[in-house]
Amino acid sequence: MQSGERSTNVIKQLLSRHETYVALAIVIFSIVITAINPAYLTLRNFLGLFQTYAFWGVLAVGVLVVLISGGIDISFTAIATVAEYVMATIMLRFGGDIFTSLLIAASIGIVLGLINAVFIHYFKIPTIITTIATLNVYYGVLIAITHGSILHSFPSWFNNFGNMLVFTIPGSHGGSPYGMSVLTAIWIAIIVIVWFILQHTRLGRAVYAIGGNAEAARRVGFNIVSIQMFVYGFMGLIGGIAGFMHGLMIGAAEPNSIYGHELDVIAMVVLGGANLAGGKGTITGTILGVVLIAIMGNGLTIMRVSSYWHNLIIGVIIVVSVSFSAYRGRRAVVRRSVSKERTEAVG
Amino acid sequence: MPSKLLVLENISKRYGGVQALDSVDLDINAGEIHCLAGENGSGKSTMVKIISGVVAPDPGSRIFVDGERQHSYRAIDAVHRGIEVIFQDLSLFPNLTVAENIAMSSTVAGGSPIVAWKEVREIAKRTLDRIRVDLEPNAPVETLSLAEQQLVAIARALATDARFLIMDEPTAALTRNEVDDLFSVVEELKTKGLTVLFISHKLDEVLQISDRVTVLRDGRKVGTYDVKEVSADRLTALMTGRTLVAKQKSEEQTYGPAVLEVDNLSREHEFHEVTLTVHGGEIVGLTGLRGSGRSRLALSLFGLNPPTAGSVKMNGKEVRLRSVQDALRAGIGYVPENRMVEGLVANQSVRRNIVITIIRRLLNRIGLLDARKTDEITTTLVRKLDVRLPSVDAAIQTLSGGNQQKVVLAKWIATEPSLLILNGPTVGIDVAAKNSIYELAQSLADNGMGILFISEEVAEVAHNCDRVLVMHKGRVVDELVPPDISEAKIKASINAIR
Repeated sequence: MQSGERSTNVIKQLLSRHETYVALAIVIFSIVITAINPAYLTLRNFLGLFQTYAFWGVLAVGVLVVLISGGIDISFTAIATVAEYVMATIMLRFGGDIFTSLLIAASIGIVLGLINAVFIHYFKIPTIITTIATLNVYYGVLIAITHGSILHSFPSWFNNFGNMLVFTIPGSHGGSPYGMSVLTAIWIAIIVIVWFILQHTRLGRAVYAIGGNAEAARRVGFNIVSIQMFVYGFMGLIGGIAGFMHGLMIGAAEPNSIYGHELDVIAMVVLGGANLAGGKGTITGTILGVVLIAIMGNGLTIMRVSSYWHNLIIGVIIVVSVSFSAYRGRRAVVRRSVSKERTEAVG
Repeated sequence: MPSKLLVLENISKRYGGVQALDSVDLDINAGEIHCLAGENGSGKSTMVKIISGVVAPDPGSRIFVDGERQHSYRAIDAVHRGIEVIFQDLSLFPNLTVAENIAMSSTVAGGSPIVAWKEVREIAKRTLDRIRVDLEPNAPVETLSLAEQQLVAIARALATDARFLIMDEPTAALTRNEVDDLFSVVEELKTKGLTVLFISHKLDEVLQISDRVTVLRDGRKVGTYDVKEVSADRLTALMTGRTLVAKQKSEEQTYGPAVLEVDNLSREHEFHEVTLTVHGGEIVGLTGLRGSGRSRLALSLFGLNPPTAGSVKMNGKEVRLRSVQDALRAGIGYVPENRMVEGLVANQSVRRNIVITIIRRLLNRIGLLDARKTDEITTTLVRKLDVRLPSVDAAIQTLSGGNQQKVVLAKWIATEPSLLILNGPTVGIDVAAKNSIYELAQSLADNGMGILFISEEVAEVAHNCDRVLVMHKGRVVDELVPPDISEAKIKASINAIR
């Protein structure tokens, strides 16, 4: 009896979570895609997919933290681009090693992120406005100085690192060996770190707290300045790391290959259940959001759907997912806003 | 002599040109429930801010905690002394769980940057047990009712080892039953030695829960009284500075022809075979416990909740009420229970809120809003209803509850209805504003309007109505006419069926 009760409880809990439905969508799409082309459901395909999407996945994790805090950051693509470009310039002119390159990209990212934080906190400019502005400023300065030229012919120590595999699986039937890319490993490492920060540190809970009720967070004694510095500084750091990864992935720094994809990344995070109003979102959901978009893109290609349809189909998935989650959440939200307004009305 | 936990002497606070508090003394005994009562603008909130250290009083003010003079007294000092405020908005984190909310202070103050989840759960459990409240610690706070959220806020304050709890208007948005539950928690805390300062303008609650009450008026202290020595009437007089004169009801009064005739109206599971009449110039009270079907019936009469059987006549003609437009056409106005959600557009101006019901009438030949007519109507109504506001362009949310309610009334009066339904017209507004709403209802009736006055506050029903209907489980079970209309008799009628 009791175990039956417990298992219905577990099911209930699962059904109340957004992540469950995203995971379900992934499973269903995977079945459909495999039925059409069995080449989809292979370890090789997935490892390749995760290599390609690790870069977007890393950015998504940064965006998740910003969304939970109740803000938004649009400028991260410019941050990643600038970080990549500066890193590439220094690398090409002075050489160096992989750690210095990472350090340079990360530092540039942190600085640009902190600039965002300063504007947001001290000038009280809404985060979306601030970061749209800095997106244009960061990117504009870069283009003005470089005239959009592409940097390439990176040193071999850099390119070799990008081609490294964490583990290798020999190809069967004489196929080429394959394995997990170092890029995927970086993504996984960042996932673990951010998960730990969000779930198990005071700082992480503070990010949830200011996203849920900023005024209450102030009253309970959280230091709002330092939390915001962390959130946008961390987004900058992530942007810097992503810029580094992009260099590894492409082997060149081109100003307009990341810029313009801000909303794609935000969409992945929202797809994973993060709330643009703040306070809500999980690492699991974000990973699932990235994976869903990844397998959709991949699956559509494998199914030979014309790429003209990709945007439309992915757009529809996002609309359906977000509407569904809004529909499920509406009852709680209505109740909350009614009670909130009642309290206000009395004042 | 009980020991004094907190003594405030000669407290003054000036904000620019406004003297919010003027030499107020207040003393709180350890272990008592003390109530700070007063109307809006009497200085209660400023007092709370000073006690909690959020605002510093002007020089010359003296604060003693446990007999010790406090020279600098900031919010953090108050917290260290075990003084905790539960603000009206509760300051909870809706997205976090009950447990995390309760333990939040210790998370913030904790030495380690790592959250000890086991400890969080233990703190929550211990505190909830202490106030004997059974809430699921893992439930997100946003899924709880407001009353439950209130309990979470109390638990959170207690989790910090508070010994003096200040509750700012804790009952403002609670139903009667929820208030009773809350009070039993407060009583429980008192037996455990906690001191409570309770801010309220609801007299029955003040009398029910407190040991002593301090009344403020216009920033000055009127006095501190033992609750056993004051009555509700006396408190009202102390808070407002005047006495309310009860309406003289006569049996001989004559009314106009029937405005509203409801015949055997039913809606499945909500109300059954309701028959009632409201005449022009008559105020008919409709009361009963929460869930008795009062509000459902009101919504049906306003076209929002179509009845399943029976008929409604307005001014002698049968009407079908399937939408708000139908109700408007039939000459019905409805002042809802929850004005901020159902009655007003909070961020829009007073002017726009008032004319929203008659926007069609204000269009000129080419279909644009006639500014002069709009102004005329708005200013006339604002003056007539004595709405206190800086300008008709002020946003609704900047007004006090009483003035907001007057704007709701104004917008329905603008439609010149023959029947006005008032559903809980004085919920959450202070005594003086209540009184002016009563006067307004009476003057509308005197001009021939029929009024259906729905309220669960028996006192105001007795005070205002020419005839009183009592509902229970969806049926009208009793009708009282003068001279039987009194608080006691209505209560007796409600209790008889319980």
